[in-house]
Amino acid sequence: MNTIAGYNFAYLDEQTKRMIRRALLKAVAIPGYQVPFGSREMPLPYGWGTGGIQITASILGRDDVLKVIDQGSDDTTNAVNIRRFFARTAGIATTEKTEDATIIQTRHRIPEKPLSEQQIMVYQVPLPEPLARLEPREAVTRKLHALADYGLMHVKLYEDIARYGHIASTYDYPVLVNGRYLMAPSPIPKFDNPKLHMNPALQLFGAGREKRVYAIPPYTKVESLDFEDHPFSVQRWEDPCALCGAEDSFLDEVVLDDAGGRMFVCSDSDYCTTRQAAGHTGSQSPVAKEAA
Amino acid sequence: MYVAVKGGETAILNSHELLAAARRGDERVPEITPAQIRQQLRLAVARVMSEGSLYDEDLAALALKQAAGDQVEAIFLLRAYRTTLPRFGYSLPVDTSRMALRRRISAAFKDLPGGQVLGPTYDYTQRLLDFSLCEPSASPLPPRADEPLAEAMPRVSELLGHEGLMEEELPLPGDPAPVDLSREPLSFPADRATRLQNLARGDEGFLLAMGYSTQRGYANSHPFAGEIRMGEVALEIVPEELGFAITIGEITLTECQMINQFAGSSTVPPQFTRGYGLAFGEAERKSMAMALVDRALRAAELGEETTAPAQQPEFVLSHSDNVEASGFVQHLKLPHYVDFQSELELLRKMRNRHEGRMKVGAGGTAPTEVAAEENA
Amino acid sequence: MNAPHIPMLPGFADPVDDGQRVFRALLDALARPGTVRQLPGLQVSLPRVPAPLHVAAGAVLLSLTDFETPLWLQSPGGELAAWLRFHCGAPLVAEPGEARFAVIDSPATMPPLSAFAQGEPEYPDRSATLIVQVAGFEPSGLRLRGPGIKAECCIGIAGLPAGFWRQRRDAQAHAPLGVDLLFVAEQAVLGLPRSTQVTQADEDKEN
Ligand SMILES: [Zn+2]
Repeated sequence: MNTIAGYNFAYLDEQTKRMIRRALLKAVAIPGYQVPFGSREMPLPYGWGTGGIQITASILGRDDVLKVIDQGSDDTTNAVNIRRFFARTAGIATTEKTEDATIIQTRHRIPEKPLSEQQIMVYQVPLPEPLARLEPREAVTRKLHALADYGLMHVKLYEDIARYGHIASTYDYPVLVNGRYLMAPSPIPKFDNPKLHMNPALQLFGAGREKRVYAIPPYTKVESLDFEDHPFSVQRWEDPCALCGAEDSFLDEVVLDDAGGRMFVCSDSDYCTTRQAAGHTGSQSPVAKEAA
Repeated sequence: MYVAVKGGETAILNSHELLAAARRGDERVPEITPAQIRQQLRLAVARVMSEGSLYDEDLAALALKQAAGDQVEAIFLLRAYRTTLPRFGYSLPVDTSRMALRRRISAAFKDLPGGQVLGPTYDYTQRLLDFSLCEPSASPLPPRADEPLAEAMPRVSELLGHEGLMEEELPLPGDPAPVDLSREPLSFPADRATRLQNLARGDEGFLLAMGYSTQRGYANSHPFAGEIRMGEVALEIVPEELGFAITIGEITLTECQMINQFAGSSTVPPQFTRGYGLAFGEAERKSMAMALVDRALRAAELGEETTAPAQQPEFVLSHSDNVEASGFVQHLKLPHYVDFQSELELLRKMRNRHEGRMKVGAGGTAPTEVAAEENA
Repeated sequence: MNAPHIPMLPGFADPVDDGQRVFRALLDALARPGTVRQLPGLQVSLPRVPAPLHVAAGAVLLSLTDFETPLWLQSPGGELAAWLRFHCGAPLVAEPGEARFAVIDSPATMPPLSAFAQGEPEYPDRSATLIVQVAGFEPSGLRLRGPGIKAECCIGIAGLPAGFWRQRRDAQAHAPLGVDLLFVAEQAVLGLPRSTQVTQADEDKEN
């Protein structure tokens, strides 16, 4: 594919790429620590994945195969737009198949299919500071990270338990990386948190507006904060996916009518279509409906 | 049968065409040109240049046309373009005391060397809608002064400085090069050069509100508009191969020096302090608001009590940029199905508990929680 | 002006693609410590670099350094300095502590690790990355654990001075501060970020 004239490969100039690459190497060397970087204005708005885009642009090579997902789906407009951006500025191959991708840029989900050592996950992060909602001043949160003083977060989680009987965080659930840094896993559902732990793939996180990158190297310990009497738990649904019958995936709720009708389908579109293609069915599958 | 929403790319391309058609509007009306915008909407152009951090009237006019007049969108367009430009060097600091003035006023002194120069201003226009502008009109010849402006137009701050009543403004020890905020992230504490850079790029509306708040008691501020000057200054660089400064052009700037009381401290006698504002083009509101906010942000270093939002550097500097703010506010339009689903489940669970029921009612398939093996 | 004219050795044949390929290899090297990897395509993209650099060290410098990265050279020779100034533009510094990157071509006489920037408690990333040229890599001698390593891996690095690993172990008391190491030998590189725990297979050897 031809790329846009007048722009460098993958849009960013080489000096900017080097600056981001240096930040990424430090991020990998200090797992979970947020490295400040000279985030650039991108041709997509802040808050729409500029951190992830800058990371992808800095690591991408001509042989890479890129997958972009938003909410687990390849077909949401923002995912389409970012994929189109890289197809135009870098002319690289794109895919919707999780296993075919060398780089997966994501917003809010980790694919259901296990990742491999040959893959890099790039997360778009809106708010990289896990303590920000408890302490908005960066001058203070930096000190707390330096001291590994995460009492604020433990108190917050404990107060949740006292008030609701359980921890009231369902996404962006805080994790401790390599036993040292408290980290915001970007707003993935806590369902995905266990996938962060000891993942064979390198995981990179980019917050463009907040000008931070951070990383979880492969095979790194990632613990979701919890208490002995309130261990971390993830969501499971009573019904399987209505389209592919999967019982192990994160499900989106789809409202079918205004009379309370709804169904639950995989949020990971590739996972669901791959299963359907392999003959798996659910309660709303065309086959099941025809038979009914 | 349920069919998932598909065809994102087609929808995006169609929306671009709808946007282009809406931008053009009724084709019976002649299309506006960037040259017209540059000439006749110069204040809009100035704001886009200031907050877009790029002094280029033609590009700013083009951005305004492309953005259908949406200033923040035009600023974003200019910033995104600016990122791709190579950097050839840094200019020398501009010297606004050598400005070719078109306007210069002081609210502190009735008269001063060089006099008050009203220049082009909306200040005394009485704001009556001028219906004659509905029709084309010949450009009026600008009035000419009987004599040229004085050669020397000393700044009011310098006049007060002679008496020792005005704080001195000296470079930091070693005169370190300022941080370039377009290439390095903001970090705290931020020195004044960094703060001013941030404010110069900051949203005019935000600065206006913040500055305004300092006048209403949210910060102990007693400002006087010491001097506002607008005009052209020369931009000079020193090419390495030449070794001396050459002028590469001139730009229009508006500068505001606010004078504020300062009670003094154990080491410093009572004196006046400054708040400083500077913006591209004719941008008086922006530079005045900026000067108020700059002064408020100096509270801590002057040993004043910091109680108001405008005195909190992290609060002000982290929220001043409209490209950042607009992006993040508007990102709420992006799908948040996954997070919302997680919240929905939590809410259902909490309500079930609240109602003392163990199972969710008909139609629901409330997710249950299972301990994550990986985390056990 | 009067110096004899030495033709400048070229940098990367294709700065965009070669820089990207080398960076990806380095990213992988630090993400998976202890694995030796040959930097790809250097025979074509960077056949020669000025002495005393190994080709891999030259490739690392070309891909990561520029006018924003103060660089310290253990052997700041004329041709090397000119080559770096031309291709990278990195300012050469005399004090190891001021450098973001450092090239050590003779580990036996290198300054202590503590002489280099270790970062600050609130900014541990403000630390040096050391490019250490070694004689070669061996299959055993060191046991590595930590992020990027599934369980444990074994590797040997030839040509490091006695006491090097004890020095590094002592420095880890200040974690997460510390320097990150890229060992290079000819065209190969091995990453050792500060997060990796290293024990010597024969602990007595050194003491
Ligand atoms: Zn499914």
